[in-house]
Amino acid sequence: MFRYFPLIVKNCWRNRRRTSLTIASIGVSMCLLGVLMAVYHAFYMSDPAPDQALRLVTRNRVSLTFPIPLFYRDKIRQVAGVKDIMMSQWYGGVYKDARDPKNFFARFGVEPPKMFQIYGELKIPEDQKQAWLHDRTGCVIGRDLANKFNFHVGDRITLTGDIFPGTLELTVRGIFDSPRTSEALYFDWAYVEEGLDEGRKGNVGTFNIVVDNTDDVPRVAKTIDDEFHNAPVQTRTETEQAFILSFVAMLGNVKLFLLSICAAVMFTILLVSGNTMAMSVRERVREVGVLKTLGFTGGNILQIILGEACAISVAGGAIGYLLSTFLTGGVKKSPAGAFLPSIKQFDPSVAAACILVALGIGLVSSFIPAWNASRTNIVEALRSTD
Amino acid sequence: MAIPVAYNLRNLVVRKTTTLMTALGIALTVAVLLAMMALLGGLHKTLSASGDPLQIIVMRKSSESELVSNFTRTQFQDLKFKQGIARASDGNPMASLEVVTVINLASVDAPEGSNVTLRGLLPIGIEMRQGLKITSGRWFENGKRELVVGKSIAKRYKGAELGKRLTFGRGDWEVVGIMDAGQSAQNSEIFGNLDQISSDLQRVDVLSSALVRATDAGAAAALLNSINDDQRLNMNAVSEKEYYALQTQAAAPIEYLGIFVCIIMAIGSSFAAMNTMYAAVARRAREVGTLRVLGFSRGSILVSFFLESVLLAGLGGLLGCLLVIPLNGVTTGIGSTTFSELAFAFRVTPEIMLAGVAFAVILGAVGGVFPARMAANKEILVALREV
Repeated sequence: MFRYFPLIVKNCWRNRRRTSLTIASIGVSMCLLGVLMAVYHAFYMSDPAPDQALRLVTRNRVSLTFPIPLFYRDKIRQVAGVKDIMMSQWYGGVYKDARDPKNFFARFGVEPPKMFQIYGELKIPEDQKQAWLHDRTGCVIGRDLANKFNFHVGDRITLTGDIFPGTLELTVRGIFDSPRTSEALYFDWAYVEEGLDEGRKGNVGTFNIVVDNTDDVPRVAKTIDDEFHNAPVQTRTETEQAFILSFVAMLGNVKLFLLSICAAVMFTILLVSGNTMAMSVRERVREVGVLKTLGFTGGNILQIILGEACAISVAGGAIGYLLSTFLTGGVKKSPAGAFLPSIKQFDPSVAAACILVALGIGLVSSFIPAWNASRTNIVEALRSTD
Repeated sequence: MAIPVAYNLRNLVVRKTTTLMTALGIALTVAVLLAMMALLGGLHKTLSASGDPLQIIVMRKSSESELVSNFTRTQFQDLKFKQGIARASDGNPMASLEVVTVINLASVDAPEGSNVTLRGLLPIGIEMRQGLKITSGRWFENGKRELVVGKSIAKRYKGAELGKRLTFGRGDWEVVGIMDAGQSAQNSEIFGNLDQISSDLQRVDVLSSALVRATDAGAAAALLNSINDDQRLNMNAVSEKEYYALQTQAAAPIEYLGIFVCIIMAIGSSFAAMNTMYAAVARRAREVGTLRVLGFSRGSILVSFFLESVLLAGLGGLLGCLLVIPLNGVTTGIGSTTFSELAFAFRVTPEIMLAGVAFAVILGAVGGVFPARMAANKEILVALREV
């Protein structure tokens, strides 16, 4: 087949406008497909990052808005395989003005001494970490959040409570770097807890748990939930990945949404490519007759035409995939990235899938015109006036 | 003189495979656009049907949603006797103290669980929601662990059908009725008795929000201001209509994603249309020459090819409409800003179909203008000589 490569390239290039338009059209669509596949892959097919794979989240079985008693912490810590545990509470609250969605970012009350042990991937200068540990009214914020509001170490951030009473005055003690979008603020929960009514004390939103090794993860999750099966407050323990995905699920049926758009896009590319090949073969009936007279067999003709379609769609696919990595990077860095599983900007399996899809589309779309051309009778082909 | 449209139509029919393939490509793009518009349309319809202009939701200052709001019984006593609040048939003020939370149930779409709004309220609260009626079963009785679910909930959550039991708080609750709230958001909620639910949630004194009904539109505006200005009460009042209208922003992520997808697909399919039209022009070079010899001007040639592209795309637009019609009425749910699922049906209306066809026509126009210009600029002799 490679013998015909120069001929295929020449054929591709003879109607430059059509070829470029087709490559552009396929490229643009493949770019979209590339982004969607990267997102789908990150959500439903990829393994969590190594440090994330060891983490579990325990919440109230009824829903995330129901609290769990803080004393569960000690019981969970005793479960075999649990390395470390930290409570975490969504504070909510309002920064400046809630009506402007730009002012929204995640605020969590946590246990400062545990924070950077549980989230090993977060990097913070040691002196800033110590400063936070020694200031109960301090907080640490992600690099992205610091950049967004131009916060610096030592700045004060005032949050007005909504779920919890009062206002919260915090001082930025440190800025941490995270491999993911980090528009988040963490502070010492004890600071809010001490101001609560007796009835509301001693409750937390979730427990973040680190397990000794990945093989233990399912067993530990089950043991924890079984432990509290007959307790008044039952728990639900899931991997951090699954916990994050439950937020994605709240947007709606994301899986179906992604799949149906992927299908529509693929079908569109198929039509575009098929149309181009049908047009280009139709123009060339006489030429096929000439090639056959020169001794090319039906099989040769089939290969040449299929090869041409594949060359065009793979070129479109490759350009599209390259473009898509930029867009994927944009999705990863967007504020929404903080609530999504981490998306890889370049993933070999996604790249391979894109190229394979392009190749498949090239073959499928050109098969009928190629088959017909390879079977035309020489005399008829030469007589064609088109 | 203009070239008859029949000429273009026949040309499209003669090259039916190419026509159909290009039109289908455009149809898919239009279908994606329409599906998104139908989704947003359905959501807007549900949210705009929710809420009564005379009713006001009162939440804690700085709370934008009932879920994160706190409201004490003492504050409610102060609110209840404000001027301008309508009276119920028994003479009591039409003010309803409510507790709102979410519970996680397995749904048809999300077997791993999805959040549902649970609302505890008193009989007055039900009376205030006019248009709410029980379609099967009965209302919950005071002092019993009973619930009534909205019709969307009953349909989408296996565990919440009539007669089933839900577990939260201190034990099991029985679903004793299904309510129909017309088109409104209450179809996605679960109702139970205020005192029963609040004691289970261990928030007997601190509830979520209050709903009050004003006597008339003038009183509603005055009441809104008087609550917002009341320093002692320190509450945030919004009209119920506005509260639900604000929730349309829940669809923002889907809207952005949809627009992004549509733009990219539109670029791809207008290139495809351009390709088809260039091929048409190239194949019909001699025809173009003949038409010019017959006395048709460059302008008529331009218009004719442009029109053909628009017709082709318009056909695609119509096909796209046909593709999304089955979607009309399909129920789906998206996460609302109140951290719970809001169910609604896709709405494929004539307006959005018209928008879809218009979108297709624009694609066709963009794809047709260059090839049409090329056809119009051909020199007669050269065109006639082309093979």
